[in-house]
Amino acid sequence: MSKVLMKGNEAIAEAAIRAGCRYFFGYPITPQNEIPAYMAKRMPETGGCFIQAESEVSAINMVYGAAGAGARVMTSSSSPGISLKQEGISYMAAAELPCVIVNMVRGGPGLGGIQPAQSDYFQATKGGGHGDYHLVVLAPSTIQEAADLVIEGFDIADQYRNPVMILGDGILGQMMEPVEFRFSNRRELPPKTWATTGHTGERPRNIINSLIIDPQALEDHVNRIYQKYGHIMKNEVKVECCNCDNADIIVAAYGTTSRIVKSVIYLARQEGIDVGLIRPITLWPFPANEFSRWADRQHVKAFLTVEMSTGQMVEDVRLGVNGKKPVFFYGRTGGMVPEPSAILEEIKKVMRSVMK
Amino acid sequence: MTHQIIIAGFGGQGIMSMGQLLAYAGMLEDKNVSWLPSYGPEMRGGTANCNVIISDDMVASPIITKATAVIAMNKPSLDKFENAVSRGGLLLINSSLIDRKASRDDIEVCYIPANEIAEKLGNSRVANMVMLGSYIAKSNAVSPGSVINSLTKVLGSSKAHFIPINQKALSMGAEYVK
Repeated sequence: MSKVLMKGNEAIAEAAIRAGCRYFFGYPITPQNEIPAYMAKRMPETGGCFIQAESEVSAINMVYGAAGAGARVMTSSSSPGISLKQEGISYMAAAELPCVIVNMVRGGPGLGGIQPAQSDYFQATKGGGHGDYHLVVLAPSTIQEAADLVIEGFDIADQYRNPVMILGDGILGQMMEPVEFRFSNRRELPPKTWATTGHTGERPRNIINSLIIDPQALEDHVNRIYQKYGHIMKNEVKVECCNCDNADIIVAAYGTTSRIVKSVIYLARQEGIDVGLIRPITLWPFPANEFSRWADRQHVKAFLTVEMSTGQMVEDVRLGVNGKKPVFFYGRTGGMVPEPSAILEEIKKVMRSVMK
Repeated sequence: MTHQIIIAGFGGQGIMSMGQLLAYAGMLEDKNVSWLPSYGPEMRGGTANCNVIISDDMVASPIITKATAVIAMNKPSLDKFENAVSRGGLLLINSSLIDRKASRDDIEVCYIPANEIAEKLGNSRVANMVMLGSYIAKSNAVSPGSVINSLTKVLGSSKAHFIPINQKALSMGAEYVK
């Protein structure tokens, strides 16, 4: 299979189809419109179904229906649209329905802007809807990784019966890079015996439900889901460490921002500062242990979290570092992208303050 | 070696296609590439630009702050991106539409009357290919052959009959800066 040059949005859509996704329900919003546009063209060619719903609320409930029937299904949107989907996402987590949800984040709050941002980190990782639940949140930094994670994301969703979110941003969606659709690490997945596929009198009927009136029964249900989350936290953490072995400072960044930081590592080296990068690939489960491990190392003087937000992931970095080293923050927001020179300045500032 | 190219002009000049051709050609040569468009509430006649990186190493940030080359297809683009050229870098100016000279003296500047050359070929819309031809000749970022191979991929089969004129435009652009 040779490489093709594709936009991030289109590569994500194609990866979903290759992963067996045959249902897509969505509603347009910049900067992810290429996903529904691509699906509208490709789904009929594969015998699948594309529907542009009348709203995001409607789209996510169509996802609920298709997932309940055992199908591989996806929806995509950008920040304000993802807010509208939150009720449905909470219902899906409660009813243990697998699906993949793509959020190509744009500047917020409110209707905000259309330029790239990472200001939906809290919403994605801390349960954007109501109730006790988590999404598995995957944050690709390249288009190749986005395609890989979409394919694996469907497997993760099916394995744990839980919604999976791909958290990107406008840059990842709009840019083009070479991509190859590959199926490494396919998982053995349990059959979907719980799906409402029509029992034809041969088995007890399956019920997909998120209303559990009896508080004891609901607590038991939530606790069982949390046991599942325990397995996810143990088995599904993904993280990339780059240049950390002798680093004076470790920068924490994910997605597009982590790529900018990789450029900064090179700039900093020219100024005699050794900068490492810890890049969480799963934002939930968060690679807290990785931060704890590096915080124990003597050569690491401090951590600097860089985000396209006013500081969201930095809270999880602080929990991981757990007071062992100082944690600083630098961010741009509203659709502004941090420049390498500005990040380098922050690194120098941090160096000066910890060397005092 | 890493080529970081900013291509800018107005919507409809084929700015995005130029960038895609470059990126595709780089990919065909097994280099690491990225193409990043400006996106926003823009339309035909508005401003358009894209960042293209062609590198032997992994592409870190896809956003270019210091360009090895800027291709300015109209005057607002020159005003906006002249300072983005890194010292010793290359600035290509479409002198058909830009009446001013570059104000930098620490970079190499080429003035190419791309629209005039394109009109001589019978289609002013290939002015972008003229500029691309000039850029490739000056930078050797990719080979002309790879760009021609990319044309079919980027233009699509329905526009295959435009390939010969595009090919001619590329070589005229290269000729002009030799």
